[in-house]
Amino acid sequence: MTTVFRPYSQSDALRSDRSARDRLRHRQKVRRAIRDNVADIVAEESIIGQSRDRIVKVPIRGIREYRFVYGRNTPGVGTGQGDSEPGQTVGEASQGDGGPGHAGDRPGMDYYETEITLEELIEIMFEDLELPDLERKRFREVLSERTSKRKGFRRVGVRVHMDKRRTAKARVRRRLASNKASGTSEPERRFPFHRDDMRYHRLREDLRPQSNAVVLCIMDTSGSMDTLKKYLARSFFFLLYQFVRSRYAHVDVVFIAHHTKAREVTEEEFFHKGESGGTFISSGYHKALEVIQNRYHPSLWNIYAFHCSDGDNFDSDNVATLKAAEELCQACNLFGYGEIKPRPSGFYEGTMLDLFRNVRADNFQPVLIQRKEDIWPSFRQLLSRERENSEYE
Amino acid sequence: MASHWTIKDLEYWDAKIREKVEEFGLSCFPQEFEVCDHAQMLGYMAYSGMPAHYPHWSYGKAYEKLQTLYEHGVSGLPYEMVINSNPALAYLVRENSLCLQILTIAHVYGHNDFFKNNFTFRDTQPELTLSNFKLRADRVRDYIEDPSIGLDKVEAVLDAAHALSLQCRRNQAIRKLSPEEQREQVLAAAHPAPDPYGELHKQPEYVEPDLNHFPLFPEEDILLFIRDNNPYLANWERDLLTIVHEQARYFIPQIETKIMNEGWASYWHHKIMNSLDLPQDLYLEFLVHHNQVVRPHPGDINPYYLGFKIWHDIYRRCEVPSPEERERYGEPQLGGHEKIFQVREVDRDTSFLRRFLTEALMREMDMFEYQPKGEDLVVSKISDEEHWREVKETLLKNVGMGGIPVIRIEDADYGHNRQLYLKHQHDGRDLQAEYAERTLAHLYQLWERDVWLETQLNDRKVRLGYGEDGFVQKTLGRFR
Repeated sequence: MTTVFRPYSQSDALRSDRSARDRLRHRQKVRRAIRDNVADIVAEESIIGQSRDRIVKVPIRGIREYRFVYGRNTPGVGTGQGDSEPGQTVGEASQGDGGPGHAGDRPGMDYYETEITLEELIEIMFEDLELPDLERKRFREVLSERTSKRKGFRRVGVRVHMDKRRTAKARVRRRLASNKASGTSEPERRFPFHRDDMRYHRLREDLRPQSNAVVLCIMDTSGSMDTLKKYLARSFFFLLYQFVRSRYAHVDVVFIAHHTKAREVTEEEFFHKGESGGTFISSGYHKALEVIQNRYHPSLWNIYAFHCSDGDNFDSDNVATLKAAEELCQACNLFGYGEIKPRPSGFYEGTMLDLFRNVRADNFQPVLIQRKEDIWPSFRQLLSRERENSEYE
Repeated sequence: MASHWTIKDLEYWDAKIREKVEEFGLSCFPQEFEVCDHAQMLGYMAYSGMPAHYPHWSYGKAYEKLQTLYEHGVSGLPYEMVINSNPALAYLVRENSLCLQILTIAHVYGHNDFFKNNFTFRDTQPELTLSNFKLRADRVRDYIEDPSIGLDKVEAVLDAAHALSLQCRRNQAIRKLSPEEQREQVLAAAHPAPDPYGELHKQPEYVEPDLNHFPLFPEEDILLFIRDNNPYLANWERDLLTIVHEQARYFIPQIETKIMNEGWASYWHHKIMNSLDLPQDLYLEFLVHHNQVVRPHPGDINPYYLGFKIWHDIYRRCEVPSPEERERYGEPQLGGHEKIFQVREVDRDTSFLRRFLTEALMREMDMFEYQPKGEDLVVSKISDEEHWREVKETLLKNVGMGGIPVIRIEDADYGHNRQLYLKHQHDGRDLQAEYAERTLAHLYQLWERDVWLETQLNDRKVRLGYGEDGFVQKTLGRFR
């Protein structure tokens, strides 16, 4: 009876990555699980208004391996350092799977969340929408000054723009000239670069056609829009903005707050300031039309307008609102109206949805949001209209 | 890292270690070692050490988790990975130092001896381990490649089967009764037992046994029961259930003897290394590693530490018992050496701890019981005179298969509708509700009729159900 030692073999090691397929499969499942849970994730407050580099914790339920396990009322046993006393804290209660004493000998301990960047999450979210690539011919293009082009040379500049070949040639030229001038011909003499040898590229701003978009966020800030309603609205605006951003090279955002009068505000004011009083929705639409007229001409910009309100409008304003909405539809690629009505209040308050049924435009999409879970489905509904429209042209 | 050792070195030290192994009376399977790199090692760990294993995404998940932990330095690689087969197969990580390799080899012989001799492994067919795993892997791959089945369907069945794989008979020593034997037992039990005071007592009435009840006795092997009693399963589905069940059965002895086994291997690597005349530098390095392996994990149970301590204590109590021990237990019957060899053969973690974890040892290791309290785990009892028994009972409940809830099929024709009725044998520990719900969904998927589970949640007797319309929970009554 002898012991066998099998030495390390590099070719085996290279060949034997048998886990590759299972790992790939697992990652596919993670991605799918994230996609399935997007509605929950969007409903979580923490992703809204954050930078794209932010790490988001995503619960991935689909990836847990379920079996019958004991719950929280399961005591465990541990060893201490000789000074354990009843009442001492020895650790954190993990969710579900009993105490730490179980770790290791329990097969398939699960992890419950994964971390991804917001950027990645948004990517997965829009993958879920299965939208065709929207940057098609119908997109209006304007000249944008974002890129630059080399054109000619100059003697001053920043290092990254230096042209090494021309600089070296200038030095050679200068050396030959100076040798001739001094009458010596010692080629070994050190001959350093001089500032005058430096040649830099001259850069010209390059005007190129770009697709540009503007998102007009219009929100009712009257007294009836409470914090929850505003939060729901904000989530919606966030998604819309992220969506438009993912499709265009350059995106502007305009915030318009209205009650009985409308004005353009900063993002901060938009989300955090509340005002009292009644509502004229038309005022917000007129303001939006004014902004479009002045700064974002429809022939140059893709315009996405979105309005969030709780549906409470002065009856006397309805006719004007309807008219303004139709005008907006003509100017915009997509005009959406989100009625935020947390249940059960919805049954007692007015609604604009009935009125908006009369809007005759293909690119108009009204949605009703009652809970934060509705946001994602509503958003999909909104964009489905965009998809239909784009297929017409 | 270029190795500081060669295969020649390993063979040299292995010969020395084997000499000691034989001298100490360990009885091992032939041993094979394979040198691998760390990526391969992670792979072996994800696939339970098996060179061949059927594919499933959960192993990819395991691999990624191990890799993440490894890369973040949360856990190092284990020094050893050894599987229960004949010949025993173990892996050595090539990046490890010579000292670690020697230590690992010594440790592996401990496991090898344990696998060969402990009674729980008696039915594991170690000669066939590798080929069995290979054959099962081939079968699963065939189903995946079969165009009429495919990966998605196979995966769905495996997912469900994995969820239930440990719901099986724990004590292999108790023979499973055939249907005829079960019937006989029921009939026999229906007749009143002979009563010597029959003239004084009221005669119990004869109740006709219900032989139509199915199963006659509660059934713990859930996967097998479904395989044999759901007539609508396809043959390949039945085969997958068999495969998952067989693999779980293979691993149960390892779950049941974790503390003994790791303690035993640590006990022997310690003894062997100390008897080897190691050069000074190797010996010092060994001490460092050894102390790392068998150190207590504060607030947790390290099976290496606990097992190591107990084996030493058993030996000591036979060789040099203290006067109190002499008084309490009398003169030791066996020498330390014979005693530990006997114990390694006839015990499993529960009996091992019940028999040999003494109050003094518990106090020395400062063992305590903790309970979750809000977000924290809080010490509830310590091993003082009053509570050490309770701490010990809690530990016994949690080791081995004690961590798996006992759930039995009570009725396979519940409501005369082929619904499945299961009962959880509640012992003070509730099930984790979300997990129970999802596992029931898997059970429903395999049984294809409504399934019910009777259990207790928060002091209420409840019945959880899963059927076509999803999950239901009914409260049956209140306790206390």
